[in-house]
Amino acid sequence: MAKRPIEPLFWTLFSGGGVISAFFVPILLFLFALALPLGWITAPSYESLHHLVSLPLSRLFLFVVCSLPLFHWAHRFRYTLYDGLQIKHLNEFINVICYGGVIVGTVVSAYLLWNF
Amino acid sequence: MSVPIARSTPPHTPYHPRWYRKRVSTYWWLLQWSYFRFVLRELTSLGVAYSCVILLCLIRALSLGPQAYEDLQKRLASPVLVALTVVSLLLVLFHTVTWFSLSARAMVVRMGGKRVPGVLISASNYVAWLVVSGLLAWLLLR
Amino acid sequence: MAENIDLDVARYSPERDESPSLQRYTVPLRKDWVVLDALNYIKDRVDGSVTFRWSCRMGVCGSCGMMVNGEPKLTCATFLSSYAPGPVRVEPLRYFPVVRDLVVEMSDFMTKFRRVKPWLVRKEEKPISEGEYLQTPEQLDNYKQFSMCINCTLCYSACPVYGLDPFFVGPAAIAMAQRYNLDSRDEGADERMDILAQHEGIWGCTFVGECTKACPKNVDPAGSIQQYKLTAAMHWFKTLLIPKTSK
Repeated sequence: MAKRPIEPLFWTLFSGGGVISAFFVPILLFLFALALPLGWITAPSYESLHHLVSLPLSRLFLFVVCSLPLFHWAHRFRYTLYDGLQIKHLNEFINVICYGGVIVGTVVSAYLLWNF
Repeated sequence: MSVPIARSTPPHTPYHPRWYRKRVSTYWWLLQWSYFRFVLRELTSLGVAYSCVILLCLIRALSLGPQAYEDLQKRLASPVLVALTVVSLLLVLFHTVTWFSLSARAMVVRMGGKRVPGVLISASNYVAWLVVSGLLAWLLLR
Repeated sequence: MAENIDLDVARYSPERDESPSLQRYTVPLRKDWVVLDALNYIKDRVDGSVTFRWSCRMGVCGSCGMMVNGEPKLTCATFLSSYAPGPVRVEPLRYFPVVRDLVVEMSDFMTKFRRVKPWLVRKEEKPISEGEYLQTPEQLDNYKQFSMCINCTLCYSACPVYGLDPFFVGPAAIAMAQRYNLDSRDEGADERMDILAQHEGIWGCTFVGECTKACPKNVDPAGSIQQYKLTAAMHWFKTLLIPKTSK
């Protein structure tokens, strides 16, 4: 019986991450890292923002937006390193960096959002 | 039974002439504009990763209190981070654009027996993207 | 239009040379000539030792694939006048070992192509007494595009992953697997899935999309590979959640 490949799972997560990041990341990055810090838009008060994020639905949404796109990065970057720099022989090292980074990011976001 | 089969060629004999195998250059992605565009598209994942990190910092700052949030805002307004953010934003936007055109080609959507043209799928993606972005912006800023 | 055009043809003789070099020939620039005509002119009138493959000269056999100015093309379908004033660089197909001059060794493609079982697989053949397999135009439409492949391997020369990854099965092979998977008469999708979804057969593909651009028959191998990935992923989840679904 052939071994069950893990790649289909990785590819599915990569695709999901791609969709999430395509739809949600541009506006979030623009607002929170550019428009608000630079004062282009009047910022919402700390309390209203805090309240909005603390809602269970928001926490779930943010967890998805923080973890799936990270997986998208990991999978894509891994193949970019394989093909772009031809360092596939370092694949154990690359896998640890990429997928390890995702696990760290996911755990951190789960922790932060759970204890918000 | 299932053994990975790498590149195969007929067996070599002492009298078999030597084939020429050109090694693919490490800079293969610079030799052609289409290859370069492809690698740029793949590097958009770095912009996505940067955005995730910023979001996590934001959530952490919000949970720590108004002062932490203020400090983060000031940090984000510094020239270095603004430059990084602008670059990441361009990368992320490039990701969105290329992702919509890729997913149109990768999916076969059939309606009434005929295949929906890719342009329509991309267009509906863009509309959905604008609606979602508008909704999020309204939710966060009201 | 100028009288002549220069062709820089890659020459390599394994007995003599360490690596290929370009040799310049001047050929007449005729309005209706394709690159293959120019090569045949060289072979007939100028230098009979130039070696290259060709057959139908009308874009259906897939023999005459070569790199023309760095792009994989069928030389019987590439007009000389589009490259005026030249010079035109003609080299053997990229990412394949070069046997001599413009001739490449295709065994790797052949092996990988055979591996995907590019034929109708039936659990039980229908006896002749029961008549033909019937197929509606809609069912034909599902796979027709992928059946147009002429095995010219221009897509392999366009695909950087094929050049970099020895395990990657390649665009034409996967498109052919999809052609049979989507054929209503075929029952071999599971067998092909086992072969292809293992060992990075298809997962090396990063949807560069160059294969579709290079294809002279609009097969769209890139699209077929992504569709196949989706099928393989859904199959993976189905067999995970409902173990009895496999086979």
